[in-house]
Amino acid sequence: MSAAAQPAPAAEGRQPLVAIHGLSKYYVRGDQVIPVLVDLDLDVYAGEYVALMGPSGSGKSTLLNLIAGIDKPSSGEIRVTGVDIAALSDSELALWRSMHVGFIFQFYNLMPVLTAFGNVELPLQLTTLSRAERRERVATALELVGLTDRATHLPNELSGGQQQRVAIARALITDPTLIVADEPTGDLDRVTAQEILGLLARLNDELGKTIIMVTHDPKAAETAHRLIHLEKGVLVG
Amino acid sequence: MFIPLLVLRNAFRHKLRTALTILGIVVAIAAFGLLRTLVDAWYAGANASSSARLVTRSAVSLVFPLPLSYAQKIRQVPGITGVAWANWFGGVYVNERNFFPQFAISGAGYLDIYPEFILSEGERKAFLADRTGAIAGRKLADKFGWKVGDQIPLRGTIYPGTWTFNLRGIYDGAEPSTDTSTFFFHYDYLNETVKQRYGRAGDSTGVFVESIVHPEDAADVSQAIDATFKNSLAETLTETEKAFQLGFVAMSEAILGAIQAVSYIVIVIIMAVMANTMAMTARERYGEYATLKALGFGNGFVALLIFFESLGIALVGGLLGIALTFPVSHAFVETIGSLLSGFRVSQQTMVIQLAAAIAIGVVAAVVPAWRAARVRIVDGLRAIG
Ligand SMILES: Nc1ncnc2c1ncn2[C@@H]1O[C@H](COP(=O)(O)OP(=O)(O)OP(=O)(O)O)[C@@H](O)[C@H]1O
Ligand SMILES: [Mg+2]
Repeated sequence: MSAAAQPAPAAEGRQPLVAIHGLSKYYVRGDQVIPVLVDLDLDVYAGEYVALMGPSGSGKSTLLNLIAGIDKPSSGEIRVTGVDIAALSDSELALWRSMHVGFIFQFYNLMPVLTAFGNVELPLQLTTLSRAERRERVATALELVGLTDRATHLPNELSGGQQQRVAIARALITDPTLIVADEPTGDLDRVTAQEILGLLARLNDELGKTIIMVTHDPKAAETAHRLIHLEKGVLVG
Repeated sequence: MFIPLLVLRNAFRHKLRTALTILGIVVAIAAFGLLRTLVDAWYAGANASSSARLVTRSAVSLVFPLPLSYAQKIRQVPGITGVAWANWFGGVYVNERNFFPQFAISGAGYLDIYPEFILSEGERKAFLADRTGAIAGRKLADKFGWKVGDQIPLRGTIYPGTWTFNLRGIYDGAEPSTDTSTFFFHYDYLNETVKQRYGRAGDSTGVFVESIVHPEDAADVSQAIDATFKNSLAETLTETEKAFQLGFVAMSEAILGAIQAVSYIVIVIIMAVMANTMAMTARERYGEYATLKALGFGNGFVALLIFFESLGIALVGGLLGIALTFPVSHAFVETIGSLLSGFRVSQQTMVIQLAAAIAIGVVAAVVPAWRAARVRIVDGLRAIG
């Protein structure tokens, strides 16, 4: 809608949370070079809710993965939370992700052997929080996503929407700077998708979380404040 | 508490697969233990024998007898305190399956050289006084339910006919390792009967046994004995009893080698099977490992999950396998009716079994753990959906 192609909100003097400059990503197959992202510039500011759209294969997931620090660029600059993440080692990057990034996936990616509670608690296993502190935080997160009564359920005992809500609680639990979501409603029906999108909007509104969401669904994109279009590895509009 | 929980839950995700893997390891470790115990038992006889005793036999082959007259000459060799002789009888008790060794021995002289055969004074006297008397080891007597006073018929294979002996005593072993599965009777009875009944020459025996003053002189004394009969019609070969027994074992060296090889092959096979299972398991979970890594868990964490799961399964299988070795070995001895002395699962065997189980767990995990640790997060995530 009118959100499309809207420029970044007035942010003079503020450091962008995500600062991308001349970013390229290509794969090499034998002597063939496959460009995925080409000389890309993008700034995302703290508190923004950005929807990333584009045709299949345009490089949306690749861009999101680069921002989230689970993939490395071929060239260009990418600073997130003020850190040049391309320069970090694997283990430094892992630590950085655990502190700054919350992940939401299309297929939820919950650990099938852990209960809803255990899944939400998972990122806290990397912290020095006590058992009691972890318990309290998990309870709060589960309450926020409305799953208090499902804490002891395993993922295969939950509906898709419920699983995604567990995943959202997991993404929130460490109070990350940035939440990345790759087609979070891609596997859900319209009504359930609407619930999930409502939840994401609340995270942005009430908790001030910065969210970058990849989506195919124009309805989903509407809930974001800003829309970015990617086509053949280039930002358009 | 988090890693053990995750490992345990993961291990039980495919209950049937895990159960079958454990079963395979149990069988392999138990089979390994049984085969090793069998080999151990074979050597046990030799290890229990003394190096303070010498055995003199024909230099040509054990099957050629030596003249009894040698006893006098051997006795004159310095360093020797006693000479006795024994001759293999090779009789069958009821049927061939009941195999046990039988020797015709030179009465008191022989028993004096073997103090580890413990016989009550009364039974010793009764045996020595009865020309057709015999004594049996405790294990042997227990196996057939013999009591002192029983008549024991043996069908001769080397010396035809049925020979009936009066059981005059049952001896015990001084040590747990002492063999008590042998049957002894009087050489004189055998010798005279052979001479009368079959008109054979007689007055010859398979081996002489000598006790010596100092075990460290064994080599010198052995040489001195053999030198005495140099260039005679029947040259001798003297060695310690231990060397003699090991010579026996050496005859079966090829078989023992094969058994040992099989025992290790069994371990290698189960290693390969388990490695395949772990690889399959890990591959199914690449998406989960990638998710864990995205959340900030390290490559090492993911590798440890696989290692601990593999090691845990292998250890459970290994311990059950070790426990199973005991009843299996027992049943094995019962079935083949063997009187192999010292047929028991040694501590060393259990340690090797445990080590083998650990090796199975570790080796099976190496490749899957390495791969899971190395897989790129984006590639692992792509595996989902
Ligand atoms: N490991 C790889 N090797 C070669 N090419 C790859 C690899 N990974 C991704 N690509 C290519 O990069 C391009 C962008 O992939 P990406 O997953 O980012 O697309 P997307 O916009 O998320 O598509 P979709 O909407 O279908 O999820 C695709 O053409 C894909 O084939
Ligand atoms: Mg994608």
